[in-house]
Amino acid sequence: MIVAVASGKGGTGKTSLAVNLAISIENAQLLDCDVEEPNAHLLLNPKITRQEPVYRLVPSVNEELCDYCGKCAAFCQYNAILTVPGKILVFPELCHGCGGCILICPKKAISEGKNRIGVIKEGFTDDIRIVFGELEVGEPLAVPLIREVKKRLDKSRNIILDAPPGTSCPVIETVKGSDFCILVTEPTPFGLHDLKITVKVLEDMKIPYGVVVNRAGIGDKKVYEYCKGKGIPILLEIPYQRKIAELYSKGIPFSLKMPEWTDKFQKLFEDVKELVGN
Amino acid sequence: MKQITILSGKGGTGKTTITAAFTVLAKKAVVADCDVDAPDLHMLLHPEIIETKEFRGSKIAVIDETKCVKCGVCREKCRFDAITQNFTVDPFSCEGCGVCTLVCPVNAVTLTERISGYAYISKIKYGFMAHALLNPGESNSGKLVTMVRQNAKLLAEKERNNLIIIDGPPGIGCPVIASVTGVDAGLVVTEPTMSGIHDLERALRLLRHFNVRPFVCVNMYDVNEENTNKISRFCEENGVEVVGNIPFNPVVTEAMVNGKTVMEYSPKCDVAKEITAIWKRLCIELSLR
Repeated sequence: MIVAVASGKGGTGKTSLAVNLAISIENAQLLDCDVEEPNAHLLLNPKITRQEPVYRLVPSVNEELCDYCGKCAAFCQYNAILTVPGKILVFPELCHGCGGCILICPKKAISEGKNRIGVIKEGFTDDIRIVFGELEVGEPLAVPLIREVKKRLDKSRNIILDAPPGTSCPVIETVKGSDFCILVTEPTPFGLHDLKITVKVLEDMKIPYGVVVNRAGIGDKKVYEYCKGKGIPILLEIPYQRKIAELYSKGIPFSLKMPEWTDKFQKLFEDVKELVGN
Repeated sequence: MKQITILSGKGGTGKTTITAAFTVLAKKAVVADCDVDAPDLHMLLHPEIIETKEFRGSKIAVIDETKCVKCGVCREKCRFDAITQNFTVDPFSCEGCGVCTLVCPVNAVTLTERISGYAYISKIKYGFMAHALLNPGESNSGKLVTMVRQNAKLLAEKERNNLIIIDGPPGIGCPVIASVTGVDAGLVVTEPTMSGIHDLERALRLLRHFNVRPFVCVNMYDVNEENTNKISRFCEENGVEVVGNIPFNPVVTEAMVNGKTVMEYSPKCDVAKEITAIWKRLCIELSLR
């Protein structure tokens, strides 16, 4: 089973939930798909066993063959190639790597070069397998690296995907193909607003979902009213407690120090399984 | 004209709370909400929309099934696995590159524009606001951020305003890059957690990469003072100025529940005082008024 953890609003506790869940269940594989700011490894301190650079294919022009006809520039939807008489410029940071310029070039002057976009690290903590990507600073496109992270998912395990915040393409790439998505929110107006946007995304994608309310007790009751009105299951509530916040600040998953939570996370996982089964 | 971006790397550290408070303190400013896929600033500043513009950020391939001969060339050449087994286009995978239109032997595929969101120009109590909403699940948020920033700039020129305050999205990818390029300063809002520190480091590297002058403030500094000290030392070693430490106070959430900025809701509280001190410091550093 593949379970994604997402949120819309940042800082609601996605990583904390994903990590505590991975610790509490058996045979987990955690893939941290927040490649812009991966944090799960800070809580798990895995032993890294493998490290691989990731490249993106970008056009490389042989200027001896190029006659600056401009067909490639006209074709490119991302404005990654510019041609002027006697000159061709490639902007790798805008390129999505579709390969269209190579297909369209009548002189066969374009080939593909490699552009390093980040690194993927794999390792383990006890019996938890962890995979995470680190996007190179200055590299704009997270999606190709997320795609590489997800190629390493091990279907023999219970897979947990930690998504980046937001509701745009990196989130879509992460949750795509999941059996279930846990939406972590906080009971505040910002939390609710961003939850609603994320719900819309998941409904469009036809992925079943449920909500975990983190920092329960702060804010107001509107998240609960919204979930009740839409029939969205509230899978778990994690109260706002100074102790939990302090443990997180030190990089300690709170279920390790508050063992009564292990059962709750196990139950959460069982409930998700049942919802997926139905 | 001066532009300052509030960013963080890690989400949920308090960017929007601080941006809203700055807007009140600036009295007259143009504020831009560049977190276009999960914008929240409008819930504190209550913009009245003056103008709405369609955002056509990306295209999508459409297969004409009456022409399609199901040869599979498009599927083979598509690098985004966007052509399904039934020869339809998966909208969540298609990046609108047009390779399928190029390779289709019977011209069954075309690219069509999709409306990916809306950009707004609005009036607020403290001046003007440029903001947007990306349709849920859309791509190209960086382009929409650029559109919001252009709107903010036009507004500032028209209103003879010399300051643009930008609320940035979390992360360090394309929408963040689009939010920081060419600005005069970036204020990184961090929190004293291991994740906060890790993400601060990457956000500062991003600012350096794009030659933006960095400042740092620590939110909820008293949740872990040891880590707050670590952040101060790290910044000092790297020549980055820490402009303030904001304490944890539930009043911030109360203000949000009441749809108000912390400056309006509780102007005398410790959070409001510290944000005011940070604002004054930034005004001096950036020679604002």
